[in-house]
Amino acid sequence: MARANLILLVVAVICALSTVSSNHQARKLFTELEREQNRMRQLEVEWGQLQLEQSTWAAHARVAKIARERLGMKAPAPGQIVAVEGGK
Amino acid sequence: MRFVKFASSPVLSQPMPAWRTRFVLFALLAGFLALVGRSLYLQVFQNDFLRQKGESRYERTIDITATRGRIVDRHGEVLAMSTPVKSVWAIPDDAKLSPHDARQLAQLLELDVRELNAKLASDHDFVFIKRQLPPDVAEKVAALHLPGIHEQVEYRRFYPGGDAVAHMLGFTGVDDNGQEGVELAFNDELAGKPGSRRVIKDRRGEIVEDVESIRKPQDGKDIVLALDNKIQYLAYSNLKQAIAESRAKAGSVVVLDAKSGEVLALMNWPTYNPNNRTRLVGGQLRNRAFTDTFEPGSTMKPFTAALALESGHYRFDTQVQTAPGRFSIGPATIHDAHVNGLLTVAQVIQKSSNVGISKIALSLPSQDLWKMYSSLGFGSPLKLGFPGEVGGRLRPAKSWMPIEQATMSYGHGISVTLIQLARAYLAFARDGDLLPLSLERIDVPPLTGKPIYSAQTAHEVRAMLEMVVQPGGTAPKAQIPGYRVAGKTGTAHKVEGGVYADRYVASFVGFAPASDPRLVVAVMIDEPSGKSYYGGDVAAPVFARVMEDSLRTLGVPTDAPLKPVIVADAPLVREEM
Repeated sequence: MARANLILLVVAVICALSTVSSNHQARKLFTELEREQNRMRQLEVEWGQLQLEQSTWAAHARVAKIARERLGMKAPAPGQIVAVEGGK
Repeated sequence: MRFVKFASSPVLSQPMPAWRTRFVLFALLAGFLALVGRSLYLQVFQNDFLRQKGESRYERTIDITATRGRIVDRHGEVLAMSTPVKSVWAIPDDAKLSPHDARQLAQLLELDVRELNAKLASDHDFVFIKRQLPPDVAEKVAALHLPGIHEQVEYRRFYPGGDAVAHMLGFTGVDDNGQEGVELAFNDELAGKPGSRRVIKDRRGEIVEDVESIRKPQDGKDIVLALDNKIQYLAYSNLKQAIAESRAKAGSVVVLDAKSGEVLALMNWPTYNPNNRTRLVGGQLRNRAFTDTFEPGSTMKPFTAALALESGHYRFDTQVQTAPGRFSIGPATIHDAHVNGLLTVAQVIQKSSNVGISKIALSLPSQDLWKMYSSLGFGSPLKLGFPGEVGGRLRPAKSWMPIEQATMSYGHGISVTLIQLARAYLAFARDGDLLPLSLERIDVPPLTGKPIYSAQTAHEVRAMLEMVVQPGGTAPKAQIPGYRVAGKTGTAHKVEGGVYADRYVASFVGFAPASDPRLVVAVMIDEPSGKSYYGGDVAAPVFARVMEDSLRTLGVPTDAPLKPVIVADAPLVREEM
């Protein structure tokens, strides 16, 4: 009888300790999840800012200006265009 | 030490008064009862209060912000987007800054020191010092670690397209709510719903457990516009150039997709930069294509001609006598500056004869004319959700005088907005049917819309409108190499204080390629004051440039030989006003 009690006591203590440790583990993981979610939000914000930046650099006014002024491009005159029938 | 068994303890054998035993017993019982009572009081009666106190020490309710949806063009290019910025606020009682700190802060925020001090001297508990700072400035402010100065995340809307897309998109206020344009029209969909959740935080302020999600945040939906950013830019640059050349007061360009009724571009001049709205004046904000009505002039003529063909009394080549260039109705007389003699219906449109179209209009029942104007959408707003959208003036047929029936046929005594006019031309660009306009991209366009004219009438009017841009018409400058173009010029006196002034509105509405129209482009130039004020000189070239580049951008197959257009050879026909 006394031995059975002792075993049960040991089991109870082990259970209690593992509850504590798994609770601790869960909280640690949760903080990590939270941190990663924050990182995700930050990356989303950064992505948005990069999209804005891309839009700004790729603005048609800017592209047209660079094409005309720096690259010396121009639209072909009507006489310079040859229409090609789409082959099937 | 000597051990004694309890039973043989000498203390037990000593005689005790019975009350002492009872006293101790009662004292213990009383103590026990007090404990039970106290725990009952704490655990049962005070339970809620205590639990609340406990929770308030470790639980926090966190607001989760929702971002406003983006606005993108039909190809997914970002036109408007919210991104977080920091706002600096202070608790004035806590913010006791040394003069040096105050100077440093003011310098970072580009504020006057006195202004900053005035804000900090306020007797409110909370003052914004500066809102919507760029991230790098906000970081520097945070690095100062000033007492009582805090930062808060807010969202700011950015418009990479700047002044080119301003009227279409509109803008949001400082609280991220739509105030103009698409931002207002689609505010319900764009706006997100902020949420909140309850969590447990540890000593270091880190979240360790989710208690419950009170409300899930809902980010705003993205809006995909029908707008094509490239075509919009073409409209922007060409309109800007034309306004400068003709020294006009204002102008608008609308580009519609004839196949789907989508609004591909909408440009007004003057415009503004939505990213920097200081020093805005009312005129810049006006979305003229929607909110300003004008008497369209000759661009209205094809509608009457189409109804004449529908009536069965006229054919494409029915002749109308326009000599001697004057036509009196009661006390009023309608003039043609050029005497043309006998003209066919097609030539009436080509030469834009007022006398010709008036005679045709008077031979048709006024009720039919009114019904046609009304079903073309004149007189009532399009209801696309833009603020300040107007319907123009179309009086009921019963109140028309004969002279009004005549003048309306050439666009006087009726007022329209440019977007209405562009939409009405869809009937000619399609097989006589009219589609509702759409600001959003349509993936499956409707096959047919509301029928206005028969397909045959639409094709015949299209042929007449093609003659307008050919030599002998009023707008040879609207020609485009490689494409057949159809359209109509308009030049109208402006009404000021009820009388016609010597100021003009020049317009051109047309579509191309005429064999299978893909785009409708409408151009309106308000008060051109350069060499010419005629629609054929001022508005038609804008039309041609926007149309040509747009068709090329869309890769529309050519339907005419690719040879340079020669305009100089043709004697320019001045249109009648």
